[in-house]
Amino acid sequence: MYNQKVLDAFAHPQNVGEIENPDGEGTVGNATCGDIMRITLRIENDVITDAKFQTFGCAAAIATSSTATQMVIGMTVDEALKLTNARVVEELEGLPPQKIHCSVLAEEAIKKAIEDYRAKKEGKTVDKSKVDYV
Amino acid sequence: MKIYADHAATTPCDKRVLEEMLPYFSDEFGNANSQHAFGRDAAKAVNDARETVADIIGCKPNEVYFTGGGTEADNWALKGVALHKRDRGNHVIISAIEHHAILTSAEWLEQNGFRVTKLPVDSTGMVRVEELERAIDDETTIVSVMYANNEVGTIQPIKELAEIAHKHGALFHTDAVQAIPYMNIDVKELGVDLLTISGHKFYGPKGVGVLYIRNGVKLDKLICGGGQERSQRGGTVNVPAVVGLARALELSRVDLEKNNAYIASLRDRFEQRVEKEIPYIRQNGNKLHRVPSIANYSFEFVEGEGILMLLDFNGIAVSSGSACSSGSLDPSHVLLAMGVPIEVSHGSIRFSFGKHNTMEEVDYIADKLKETIEKLREMSPLFDLKKGGTYNV
Repeated sequence: MYNQKVLDAFAHPQNVGEIENPDGEGTVGNATCGDIMRITLRIENDVITDAKFQTFGCAAAIATSSTATQMVIGMTVDEALKLTNARVVEELEGLPPQKIHCSVLAEEAIKKAIEDYRAKKEGKTVDKSKVDYV
Repeated sequence: MKIYADHAATTPCDKRVLEEMLPYFSDEFGNANSQHAFGRDAAKAVNDARETVADIIGCKPNEVYFTGGGTEADNWALKGVALHKRDRGNHVIISAIEHHAILTSAEWLEQNGFRVTKLPVDSTGMVRVEELERAIDDETTIVSVMYANNEVGTIQPIKELAEIAHKHGALFHTDAVQAIPYMNIDVKELGVDLLTISGHKFYGPKGVGVLYIRNGVKLDKLICGGGQERSQRGGTVNVPAVVGLARALELSRVDLEKNNAYIASLRDRFEQRVEKEIPYIRQNGNKLHRVPSIANYSFEFVEGEGILMLLDFNGIAVSSGSACSSGSLDPSHVLLAMGVPIEVSHGSIRFSFGKHNTMEEVDYIADKLKETIEKLREMSPLFDLKKGGTYNV
């Protein structure tokens, strides 16, 4: 049901893990629904220089996490904010219809990580208790 | 290496079965309902097959009805009785862990004005007899509980359940699709009124099944057509398939105990390794009352589809009851009914072994499974939290 590009991205995911003391971090999803994605970013002068992910979810969720992190590295935060799940799916040359919702998580996690970065920059503390793990 | 460990889904058709079937496609191609010699030959083959099945399950040949599979037999039993006895009562009882063939038939009945009660199960997937006693009432016309569950393999107390149904004037049906490959079944001793068998779970062909209907039991027909199957199920009888089912059932009785013991030894070896080598798991099912073939585990912090696919990359075929792989968003209704937490149920895999599997294959599956779970947990934010001690399942 998955195309070869998705299978490859799932079998050999890039940027797995966590950046220590990240400049931005975002976690979305919940375990009950079956997927959680956490993205950490290293950002220098508003340019994303590194991105890592951890994902609990199906193959599509893992493949989109990997691809989305690859895509945002090198982008400015403004560019990354414009990254849609449709673009990530396009990069993967399509996902089965019932799996499209999995790709939304990557977009949301990146947005959340950038919000976190901006909030930190402005000296605000971010309420991490909003992260819903269960 | 290609390893098949999904025998609860289907089994390869035995070559001896195929041999037996082949002549009935082109040479002995007659319609069993035709009056001429071609038809008579086909009818003889069908009748012989009927006698074989009847002999094995302990009933009369005229109590054996061939269908287009287990799903059709289940639909027929539940809907057929409920519709036929509508004037007597509109209550139907099933268990919460039935196969979708029964589950969605019950939903259909519900949409058509029937009352449906689903019996709960305990944490091992066992229906408690007293729950039926509590649920049954004067309006109950049929109770349907599967003999062995297809996801976790738990064997249900069918005899006791059937007795209770009869005490209250209801009929009793059991879906024995997963049980008959491993258990000798005598329908009279078991005390059931209707029983479902599917051909392809015991090395027979797909697309053919049996509904045993005890003489005297009346139910509406679902497939209207010609006078086939004593006018109860229309449609030209699939002669090769029926011949194949009977032969496969016959072969499955040879060395049944020996094969069961062998398959159980494969499963036990697998379970020992999994339980010793992979942390944070949950074994699903009943270790005392179960078919020998199935091992079902939930692997915490990971999702089933990823496990299934990584194993598939290694040539290993298993099944996942999890949300994502089946394309639906609902996790396994069986595991949820057993009280498995929803987030844990997502990471569940069913391994079902067969008589052709070897100990080496079992070890290979255990090795690859361990690697797979480690790889996916490396990626999982939940496992990271677990290691940090802040996440409690």
